[in-house]
Amino acid sequence: MKQMTLSALEEIMHRCAGDDESTDSFQQAPERAFADLGYDSLALLETQSVIRREYGVDLSEQALGAAETPQQLVDLVNRWLSAV
Amino acid sequence: MTTAVITGIGVAAPNGAGTENFWAATLRGESGIGPIRRFDTRGYPARLGGEIDDFDPAEHLPRRLLPQTDRMTQLALTASAWALADSGVAPGTYDPGETGVAMAGAFGGFEYGQRELENLWCSGPERVSVYMSFAWFYAVNTGQLSIRHVLRGPAGVVVGDQAGGLDAVAQARRNIRKGARLMLSGGFDSSFCPYGWVARISDGTLSTDEDPRTAYLPFDLRARGQVPGEGGAVLVVEEAAAARRRGTRIYGEIAGYAATFDAAARYGGERGLGRAVEAALADAGVTAREVGVVFADGSGRPADDRAEAETIAAVFGPQGVPVTVPKTMTGRMSSGGAPVDLAGALLAMRDGLIPPTVNVRTVAPGARLDLVTGVPRPWQPGPALVLARGRGGFNSAMVLRPGTAAPNRTGAASVTGREAPTRSGGKRHEADDTVGPGGDHA
Repeated sequence: MKQMTLSALEEIMHRCAGDDESTDSFQQAPERAFADLGYDSLALLETQSVIRREYGVDLSEQALGAAETPQQLVDLVNRWLSAV
Repeated sequence: MTTAVITGIGVAAPNGAGTENFWAATLRGESGIGPIRRFDTRGYPARLGGEIDDFDPAEHLPRRLLPQTDRMTQLALTASAWALADSGVAPGTYDPGETGVAMAGAFGGFEYGQRELENLWCSGPERVSVYMSFAWFYAVNTGQLSIRHVLRGPAGVVVGDQAGGLDAVAQARRNIRKGARLMLSGGFDSSFCPYGWVARISDGTLSTDEDPRTAYLPFDLRARGQVPGEGGAVLVVEEAAAARRRGTRIYGEIAGYAATFDAAARYGGERGLGRAVEAALADAGVTAREVGVVFADGSGRPADDRAEAETIAAVFGPQGVPVTVPKTMTGRMSSGGAPVDLAGALLAMRDGLIPPTVNVRTVAPGARLDLVTGVPRPWQPGPALVLARGRGGFNSAMVLRPGTAAPNRTGAASVTGREAPTRSGGKRHEADDTVGPGGDHA
């Protein structure tokens, strides 16, 4: 079954919010907060819409808000993918 | 009263991105007007424009800012950094709360907006960028500049077409008088996209001439309309005593300003430009005889040109003052036009050279103007008058007085000493709340 990887999430977020060569990659810092990696709430909102489109996972804003790091968001998406 | 002076300039214009590139091209009489290449203009009645070719936003801005900004915002952000560096204002000079932004916008981010509207109608609402929420908005440049340079005091935007560019700088002067120490001010427009183009064509003012040398000829016998340009300028406006204390070069002082409206046709249609000129001179305490140059609005439409020429001749006498329209090299940049003229006037004071009006050969009969054509004209710098008119009857006039040269420059980073955030971390929502239109635009 299809699963999301850290690098796939990073690619989506670069597409949504622009890449920023000055911050760590998700592989290097899977548990750093999105805010510290330079992503604001709008970047996450945009990411939510791409995940819905490309993975068929419709995260609620509440669930999205609870995922504070790349690893947490990837885990959340993959739990969804395993459940359906 | 508190004096507001200009200590930094950042220009992005069709004939030069970067203040000195723009100025050198302007003195050489080099025009940036040509066939539009940004989008396919086949089928449109007007096909010329002033495009900025040598500008790649990725070279100037963090990549995080690119997906969330229209071209006019990318130009404004870049030019604002140039202006701050030019002013030499050192980190920590001012508290963030005593620094602010007053910008003008006429279109907003139409190119961004068109793309997202296409996404909406072609692919559905979930394909619309979340950044559309602010990227198209007139006030977005004010918000983005405020965030980027950590200017947390007064923030405002004015919308008045070409005249708005002077109104915004006047707003910055009011903010300085009310206690702000430094303001970024000016205006930018682009909207070189079908949506922006159709909006411009709809008002019937564009020249349909396809020759870049004859399409936009303000005050000329052959004048037949205007050519749009993209770009604008940002000025660093500072409280004079604070600027002198830090020993910086002062380009000039915002000495006087006034804005009027034309009367509606049903009330006789009386034009208000003359009242704006008289009131701005009175505000500056400058007589018509003392004014050394007029940067005219230079509409390029014969009726507007005639009215402006009559106003200038009435105030200064026939051929009474050198008049110039460097916009003949850039096209009319909407809210960016007048700030670029202010920059041109300040640089004219610095170098003792009035920039020329290009392509105009035969001033229309009845226009009793001493138009500076062809090549720059040396002058003894004195007060300069900049005029701007906007669609819908806006008239604004601003008087600048020469400043003082004072080197002792230092490199600049963030004005307030705080690192400008390259990421907004949720602050975007706050910014949306603080940059609403308005201010105390008189």
